[in-house]
Amino acid sequence: MTSVLDTSAISPLLQVRDLKMHFPVKEGVFMRTGKYNKAVDGVSFDIMPGETLGLVGESGCGKSTLGRCIARLYQPTAGEVVFDGTDISRLGRKALMPFRRDIQMIFQDPMESLNSRHTVGEILEEPFIVQKIGNRISRQQRVRELLDVVGLPARSITRYPFEFSGGQRQRIGIARSIALNPRLIICDEPVSALDVSIQSQILNLLVDLQKEFHLSYLFIAHDLAVVKHISDRIAIMYLGKIVEAGQGESIYRTARHPYTQSLISAIPVPDPHRKSQRQVLTGDVPSPINPPSGCTFHTRCPKVMDICRTVPPVLTADSQPVSCHLYPDSTP
Amino acid sequence: MPEPLLSVRNLITEFDTDEGRVRAVDDISFSIDAGQTLGIVGESGCGKSVTAQSIMRLLPQPMGQINGGQIVFQGRDLVTLSLDHMQKIRGARIGMVFQEPMTALNPVHTIGRQLTEVILLHKKVSKDQAIREAVHMLDRVGIPAPDIRMTEYPHQLSGGMRQRVVIAMALVCQPALLIADEPTTALDVTIQAQILELIKELQSEMGMAVMLITHDLGVIAETSSSVVVMYAGKVAESGSVYDIFDRPTHPYTRGLLESIPRLDTPQKARLQIIPGMVPGLLDLPRGCRFENRCRFRQDHCTTAHPPTEMVGEGHGAACYEWRTVVQSEVGSGGDSSRFKLSAIA
Repeated sequence: MTSVLDTSAISPLLQVRDLKMHFPVKEGVFMRTGKYNKAVDGVSFDIMPGETLGLVGESGCGKSTLGRCIARLYQPTAGEVVFDGTDISRLGRKALMPFRRDIQMIFQDPMESLNSRHTVGEILEEPFIVQKIGNRISRQQRVRELLDVVGLPARSITRYPFEFSGGQRQRIGIARSIALNPRLIICDEPVSALDVSIQSQILNLLVDLQKEFHLSYLFIAHDLAVVKHISDRIAIMYLGKIVEAGQGESIYRTARHPYTQSLISAIPVPDPHRKSQRQVLTGDVPSPINPPSGCTFHTRCPKVMDICRTVPPVLTADSQPVSCHLYPDSTP
Repeated sequence: MPEPLLSVRNLITEFDTDEGRVRAVDDISFSIDAGQTLGIVGESGCGKSVTAQSIMRLLPQPMGQINGGQIVFQGRDLVTLSLDHMQKIRGARIGMVFQEPMTALNPVHTIGRQLTEVILLHKKVSKDQAIREAVHMLDRVGIPAPDIRMTEYPHQLSGGMRQRVVIAMALVCQPALLIADEPTTALDVTIQAQILELIKELQSEMGMAVMLITHDLGVIAETSSSVVVMYAGKVAESGSVYDIFDRPTHPYTRGLLESIPRLDTPQKARLQIIPGMVPGLLDLPRGCRFENRCRFRQDHCTTAHPPTEMVGEGHGAACYEWRTVVQSEVGSGGDSSRFKLSAIA
C-alpha cells in the first residue's frame, strides 16, 4: 500500500505502513480466542520532521492504540513503523533502547503517568539514569534546566506530584518527555483533562517547544478545535481506520467524508449568534470486535448508499485522501 | 413581573475539612425563570457543582452545610425545608442529571426497576401503569426497543444510552426544573450533540427550566439564554448569553473567551492565556479572587472583594475596573511571556 499522507522533498521522520493491532478477545469457560478486537486495522501515514499530525476520533476508534504502537508500548500485529529509516515494529527490547530516546509520550492524566512516590527531581532524572547519561551533578543541572523550560520553579525538584495542580503536573509530564531530546512526541489527549484557562497555557508551551527543538508531534485528541489549532495536517479515524486526512484548514473548510462533516458540525461553537445547522449523527460507535460490513460507518451515515453496506471503500490517492463511496476513486 | 421559578439569594455553602472550614460557595445570587435555560460556567473548584448540590440539598454529609442565604423554589425556601419535604421535591419537581451516568444508576438493578421506582415514589399509580409510563419515557428519550431495555442492566448500555436513561429518570415526573451537571462531558462530541439536542427538545415539549452546569463555553452559547460565570466560589459575571459573549465585562470572562482555540483561529497562532491558576479555597486572596491573575489589577483590588455592579440591564459584573475592561480592545493582552530557554544539549 502506498503512503496515504505523502509530502515530498525531505524524507519523513516517521512512516507508518498498513499498521494493524488486533487484540485477542478471550471468551467462554476455556478462555479461547474466538474473536479479535481490531483496534487498529490497516493505517498508513507519514510525519515529517518538525511537523504535527493531529489524530482525531471518538472513544474506541483506536487512536490511542495507534499512538502506543508507534511508541512501541505495544507490539503491533502487522505492518511497519519506520522511524528515521529503521522499521522498529519488530525490534526487541535491547535494539529499541536508542529509539526510546527519540520517541516519547505525553499522557492525558499526569497523575497516573507520574510516580506519586517519587519527587519531581527523581521523575525527571530517571530517563537519564535509564539511558546511562551523565553523572549525578550534570543530571541535576539538566533537571533544573528542564523545569525552567516548562515554566516550573526550581524548588519543584523536591516536591511530589500531588503537590501540583493539573496544569503543573502536565508541565512535569512534558518536561520528562523532552528530557532526552526526542524527535517525536506522541501526545495522547494532553489537554483534555485540563481547565480551559490552563489548556491554552499548555498548548502554547507545546507550540513553543516544537519551534525551539524542531520536534514532531503526533497529537491525539477528540477535540477537533484543539487539534486543528496545533496540527499541520489532520487524520480522522473511525473504527481502526483513517477515513480522511489532509491539511488542517482544508479538513475544516472542505470536509469530504460524511463522518468528518458530522464531527465538525457536532462541535458546539462559542458564539450565541451562530445557531448551527446541526447534522446530528444517530446511534453509537459500533464495536470494533464486530464491525459492520462494507464501510464501517454505514450504520450511522446520513448519505448511506447500497454499495456502502457490502463493499469497503479505500482511501483515495489525492491531496485530501478520503475513504467513502461518494468519491468514485474510493470504490475499489 | 412574575416570580422566578428558582431564586438563589446570597447562598453560602461551607465544607469542614481537615485543614479547616472552606467556603466553596460564597454569597452567590441568581435566578431562573420558568422554561428558561440558565448556563453556569466555570472551571474546576469554582463552586458550580456545589451550588447544584446545595439546591438539591445533596451536599456530602456531614462535611457540607449551607450557612447562609435562601434558595426559593416555587415560593418555598428549600434551605429550611424538612428532609421529608425535600424528598418529595427531588425527582418530582426538580430532576437532576450528573456527569457520569454510571454513578447515577444502580448497577445491580434493571433499568426498568430504577425507572418505575421513581414513578411509584412520586405518583399514585399502579405498578402496571408505572411500567407503561417508564417504557413511554424511554421511547421519548430515543432509546430503541424500550421494552427490552427495561429488563437490562446499566452495564449493558453504551455511555450515550445510559445518559439517556438518566435523563428519562430525571424527567419521568415532569419536573419544573432540570439541573444538569456536566451532562455531556464524559461523552463523545457526536453523542454530546445528540444529548443536547434531546434536552432541548424535551424542554420545549415539557416547558421545564434547565440549569446547565458546564465548563464548555460552546455548550453554553448553543443552549443557554442567560449565563452565570463563577470563579473561586463567587459569581464573576452574569447576564444574557449575548451580554456574556458580546460584551464580556469581567476580566475573567474575557480571559476565558479569548483563551479557547476556535475552529476559525489561525493554526499554531499563540493563544491568549490567563496566567497562573485558580487559588485554593484555603488560601483565597483577601480582595478580588481573580486579582492575582488579572491584567487590569489596581491596588484597591487587593483589599476587598468587589461588589456586583450592574453594567447593563440584567448584566452584572463583580469588578472594580469594569469600565477599563469595557474600553480595552478584545484580545489586547494576556500573551504569555515566552519562557527563557537554556540550551539543552
